[in-house]
Amino acid sequence: MTIFYILLLFIIIGAIIAVETENLLSAVICIGAIGFGASLLFLFLKAPDIAITQIVVEVLGLIILIRATIARDLTFISGDREFFGVVVSVVIVFVIFLAGIIVLQTLPDFGTPAFTKASVPASEAYISEGLEKTGAANLVASVILDYRAYDTLGEATVLFTSIIGATVILRKRSRKLLEESE
Amino acid sequence: MKGMTVVVKTIASWIKVLIFLFGIYIVIFGHLTPGGGFAGGVILAGSYVLLMLAFGREFAEENLSLGWASRLDCVGALLFIAIALFGLVFGAASFFYNFIQQRYLADKQTALELISAGTIPLSNIAIGIKVATSLFLVILVMSAFRPNESE
Amino acid sequence: MLYALCFLLFMIGLYCTVVKKNMVKIVLGILVMEYAVNIFLIMLGYRQGGEAPIVGREDVLSGSKVTEAFINSSVDPLPQALVLTAIVISLGSLALMISICIRTYQRYGTFDITKIRRLKG
Repeated sequence: MTIFYILLLFIIIGAIIAVETENLLSAVICIGAIGFGASLLFLFLKAPDIAITQIVVEVLGLIILIRATIARDLTFISGDREFFGVVVSVVIVFVIFLAGIIVLQTLPDFGTPAFTKASVPASEAYISEGLEKTGAANLVASVILDYRAYDTLGEATVLFTSIIGATVILRKRSRKLLEESE
Repeated sequence: MKGMTVVVKTIASWIKVLIFLFGIYIVIFGHLTPGGGFAGGVILAGSYVLLMLAFGREFAEENLSLGWASRLDCVGALLFIAIALFGLVFGAASFFYNFIQQRYLADKQTALELISAGTIPLSNIAIGIKVATSLFLVILVMSAFRPNESE
Repeated sequence: MLYALCFLLFMIGLYCTVVKKNMVKIVLGILVMEYAVNIFLIMLGYRQGGEAPIVGREDVLSGSKVTEAFINSSVDPLPQALVLTAIVISLGSLALMISICIRTYQRYGTFDITKIRRLKG
């Protein structure tokens, strides 16, 4: 249990450094450290599928972020917004944090799966009959591709649409056509 | 985007084949070991990104051009929907019905083997193709802008 | 107590998104919030002394049934399926946000959002 506390403390310190530093490259490197810490945490929480996915997505995300920030000249922007706005935001965030602590007391303790305390626990059917009905030894794969395949279809659609949006925004040709026609 | 030195180019040309093979392994064995279509697709995209970073953007674009990447992306998405529609045709009138498992393999004991679990490996391959080509497309388009261009 | 630390991470990301002026810092704040939610969901499904939800050779009886020991000791596979989808979607949305930042820098020459006042079509 102490390993969870150590890793979460490492992640929180990395997040505080990423938020407060003024150099953009340091902030991006701290985000990389947060991602690796999260992947180690997933491995200790007995979720190897998620750990593999988190590491490779983290590496590609770092490549995208560094591509955007390393070649720009203006990477130092100093100062926050005006003082009154900052104080009000911090007070509201603190109030939400206290309210969230009170709500989180009602969850079951750490160590018992929270979804099995619901009125109709679905996970017990997935674990006990998953191999028999779908034939897949990896229960997570049987959940995302057989029991809940609609969610995978929605996720493929969202990925498709966001990549199309990014490609359309970064297009070079249409601007030249506009300049030629004017 | 220019390439890198000779040392980086030599090592990268050996390693990208291993990364590609590892990505195919994670995709195909997705129903037996941890992994699946998403992680394997991202690893496949990673091998092409290594090619682009080490050799320069023009070399990677000759290898897998923008047009081909878009077409493979659409092929992956259509394959996934076609597998879902076959369940509607063959099975009990529901969309993502695992028709191979329920009709042909339910009597045989094929747990923990490579050919098992019906449509799940086929869906993994379709999603792997889709995710890999999508991510390579977006990183290729993003590297088209030189940093000192001012339009 | 562990849930409270996850919620603190979420609040740090929210503070960064609301207060900072640099556009890339806002994107980093959204990314930190997504990490916090993923960690929280996986922590919900953890069972003390549990094993990964993958059936091995010794967990299978004859006839494709799993043993009682496996059912009592495996962690929950449902939150892991939700988080797998969420991680890949966060990569797609990160690509879209960074492409907007790159385009804005080309047009206005700065990442500062208080200097970008004109919304030209």
